[in-house]
Amino acid sequence: MRLVILDDYNLASEWAAKYICNRIIQFEPKQGRYFTLGLPTGSTPLGCYKKLIEYHKNGHLSFKYVKTFNMDEYVGLPRNHPESYHSYMWNNFFKHIDIDPNNAHILDGNARDLQAECDAFEKKIEEAGGIDLFVGGIGPDGHIAFNEPGSSLASRTRLKTLAMDTILANAKYFDGDLSKVPTMALTVGVGTVMDAKEVMILITGAHKAFALYKAIEEGVNHMWTVSAFQQHPRTIFVCDEDATLELRVKTVKYFKGLMHVHNKLVDPLYSMKEEN
Amino acid sequence: MMPSNKSVSDAPIVQFTNCQILRNHQLQREDLWVREGKILNPEKLFFDEKGSADIQLDCKNSIIAPGFIDVQINGGFGVDFSLATEDIKSGISLVSQKILSHGVTSFCPTLVTSPPSVYHQVLPQISIRNGGPHGAGILGVHLEGPFISQEKKGAHPEHHLRTFESGAFQDLLATYGHLGCVRIVTLAPEMKRSSEVIQELTRRGICVSLGHSVANLSQAEEAVQQGATFITHLFNAMLPFHHRDPGIVGLLTSDQIPAGRRVFYGMISDGIHTNPAALRIAHRAHPKGLVLVTDAIAGMGLAPGKHTLGQQVIEVYGMNTYIAGTKTLSGSVATMDSCVRHFLEATGCTVEMALEAASLHPAQLLGIEQQKGTLNYDNDADFLLLDDSLHVQATYISGVQVWPQDTFAL
Repeated sequence: MRLVILDDYNLASEWAAKYICNRIIQFEPKQGRYFTLGLPTGSTPLGCYKKLIEYHKNGHLSFKYVKTFNMDEYVGLPRNHPESYHSYMWNNFFKHIDIDPNNAHILDGNARDLQAECDAFEKKIEEAGGIDLFVGGIGPDGHIAFNEPGSSLASRTRLKTLAMDTILANAKYFDGDLSKVPTMALTVGVGTVMDAKEVMILITGAHKAFALYKAIEEGVNHMWTVSAFQQHPRTIFVCDEDATLELRVKTVKYFKGLMHVHNKLVDPLYSMKEEN
Repeated sequence: MMPSNKSVSDAPIVQFTNCQILRNHQLQREDLWVREGKILNPEKLFFDEKGSADIQLDCKNSIIAPGFIDVQINGGFGVDFSLATEDIKSGISLVSQKILSHGVTSFCPTLVTSPPSVYHQVLPQISIRNGGPHGAGILGVHLEGPFISQEKKGAHPEHHLRTFESGAFQDLLATYGHLGCVRIVTLAPEMKRSSEVIQELTRRGICVSLGHSVANLSQAEEAVQQGATFITHLFNAMLPFHHRDPGIVGLLTSDQIPAGRRVFYGMISDGIHTNPAALRIAHRAHPKGLVLVTDAIAGMGLAPGKHTLGQQVIEVYGMNTYIAGTKTLSGSVATMDSCVRHFLEATGCTVEMALEAASLHPAQLLGIEQQKGTLNYDNDADFLLLDDSLHVQATYISGVQVWPQDTFAL
């Protein structure tokens, strides 16, 4: 794996956004050749989305030939509920960029047949040629998407019941009222994300430090599902200092020492603008 | 531009960008989307229809507000709505077209106290109609008088004042002749049998307003309990506030208002009808009830001089409008947008409140806020582009730019 450590949240968000930007542009997407991106929700990626929007508004990056697949969506929450992941993606990303609505895929948590909806989602990913870069986060309990502790590391897109840790973590979005937090969600599986050509996990904040430690310094374990990515050939973890607080000093020093190599991935930052 | 693939409608979708829109009582950095004359929900368009904009217009950081609604305007540009002519339609059309540049997208032509013959001739000629490039929409007529107090007649002609004490509602009906297009009636509630009249008007969906009256607070509260919901030009033509009997002004803080109802009050904020301190007192006492009105007369929009207001002759000096040869104020020559600006400056209120006093509140008064007065999704796309000092740059009705009448204003 690459472990990219930046000083703070803003720098981590910016590094991640630059990386995504460069990957899309270097891919040279065009009609019939779409770059497929897997996308997360939550508070961690907000800074990254803001930077991507900035690159778009400055004319450097277009999402015209990008297809997106979101990781998850709550079950039973109306699509236009302010806390649904559809609302999140619209307000924090889609409404600011030029993506074709036909290319923005999010699981429908109100589908009549939820498993059929999940199967159809897997099919759409397959038809799009697989995911080029899957961006994700990590829960305080080490989960990726809603693959709660105990999820099979070979799992596919399916319905999951949320763990108490997750419900508690999400309560802040529902006025602190536990009874209002959805208890089930549709989520891509660990296996689904493992199929991506490349995976980037964003981890910021001290409250995620223990999960990061479990994910990269301990063994592959279905109780900390992000640990599965130790077995993926191309994974990048992008963190801030605070997220590394539970790691061994040796690990942190090693990867910090590699920053000059990591930074070559984001510098120069490419642009879709015609240069004079 | 994205190839659009909309399942609900093929009508073009316009996205107004780079603007601040008034929504949920706040100016927000959001785009405004319009389709088929209504405000469109872009999130629904994106997810449900997989649609996108056909046209994007850069508003150069303008403020977008709902179109203004003027519920008390007696005429303008030489037209007097209370004058009995054969051709009231073209007079109304002229005014409705001219006020577009003031940001007014809907209005209630107002008739002052007149003899029955005038009502019988004029009212059948006025019809409620939608606005468009031809002019602002007509929501219905505001009849101010003749059932008002002799002591507070203001500029209304004394010999045409009437009572309804013998026949109550039948007297009113006989006087006006035709109520089909009537939206608001201003009357003095202390008059005998007013309760019956107020009840019947309210039952018919006509808004009852209290004005030109010497009512005390209990009489005013009784009227509100019978259905009255508006006060015509607060402070003017009523008893002044008194600390042991606040009169009609006391309705602003009365605890006798039926639950779930709100009393609205018109204010002419032209800098002349009301001292700014009085404007502030009213605004602070009951901000959500304040409705800006112009009470404009025929001289509005014209050079100073002599004009008519129904049966009276009015003299205009600058912004001051008096009955000829007197110091009695009668109407104004203010425009709605200047009233909004003056209100903002005099009260120090937020831009949002100033804009809502001219749009949301009159819409709520008339019970039409599901169609007009806001930029909520599915409402009529009647809106204004304004600069930071609230000067109107462009006026839209049903999503079409109606003023200025040429290409996109910006």
